[in-house]
Amino acid sequence: MTLILGLLTGFVFGFLLQKGRVPKHDVIIKAFLLKDFTAAKIMATAGAVGAVGFYTFNNLGYIELQIKPAELGAIIFGGVLFGIGIVFYGYCPGTGVSAVGEGHKDALVGMLGMLIGGLFYVITFPFVQAIRKDYPDIGKETLPSITESSPLLWVVGFTLVISMIAFAARRKQRRVYE
Amino acid sequence: MNWLRKKYWEPFTTGALIGILSWFANLSTDNFLGITTPFEHTAAFLIEPVANELRYFAQNTPELNWEWMLVLGVFLGAYTSSKLSGDRVHPTVPPLWQARFGKSVGKRMWFSFLGGFIMMYGARVAQGCTSGHGISGVLQFAVSSWIFVPVFGVTGIFLAKFLYRDAKGVA
Repeated sequence: MTLILGLLTGFVFGFLLQKGRVPKHDVIIKAFLLKDFTAAKIMATAGAVGAVGFYTFNNLGYIELQIKPAELGAIIFGGVLFGIGIVFYGYCPGTGVSAVGEGHKDALVGMLGMLIGGLFYVITFPFVQAIRKDYPDIGKETLPSITESSPLLWVVGFTLVISMIAFAARRKQRRVYE
Repeated sequence: MNWLRKKYWEPFTTGALIGILSWFANLSTDNFLGITTPFEHTAAFLIEPVANELRYFAQNTPELNWEWMLVLGVFLGAYTSSKLSGDRVHPTVPPLWQARFGKSVGKRMWFSFLGGFIMMYGARVAQGCTSGHGISGVLQFAVSSWIFVPVFGVTGIFLAKFLYRDAKGVA
């Protein structure tokens, strides 16, 4: 059942990414050239809406935090490589898989690269573990926990900022989508 | 059901729906959206028979799980959506790439392969991608994710601005 729910969730996720127009090389590159904010809008809105639900369910005891430790060496080294990789590939992992579904041949070749990248990680695992250990580790903290503030404050603040951006931007983009 | 055949949906609406989908993942199976772990697990599964002495296997067990099926679903969902709207005809070499690097298919494929490789390695080192950190970590206000996103964003902006500084046709 878990597997079927995973497939169903993925199906909707891929459907939404495709309708969101992000499994496209030029849209992703223009996001980094700061000329097309489609991807940023989708990611930020998903985060804000997701936060409202997650912290509600978390308060009700339905789901626990599941976060990665802030091992600074690995996060920064990984983040830099990730940024470089995306610009050459032209897709991020989720939009890359969607782009394969959408029929992009370059995305399919890149997906093979992704598999080999996963393989390289498996082989170099001891090296990566060393990076994780050798640099400071903030741990599995959240912004509310590390600042000793209420998550409610962060959820409301984040949602408010994204909503204001959304209302301002929607006026400008109306002619494109309507 | 005309809206299912529409080519594109407005990004804020689409993002909000992905946020709601994340609630569904939370409530139905205690999971979060993420893409890259299954690539690691698939690679590990394939080499385990010949390389099980690697230290990786002492601490990790590859499995076919919820997230693996999620990735398969993403492929099928994007396929279905593009079939419904007819958004399936694409140039082999993307226009912006061609404006900068020319129309060589081989060159595009090699860099696509290399980019996918570097991107996935970075994602596994940092333990998350645009979905795992960018959406799922950000929505939990994880410190790791709120560092990862600006790091990859700024790196990508610098590299893209540098690579495409002279590209013609950059809208």
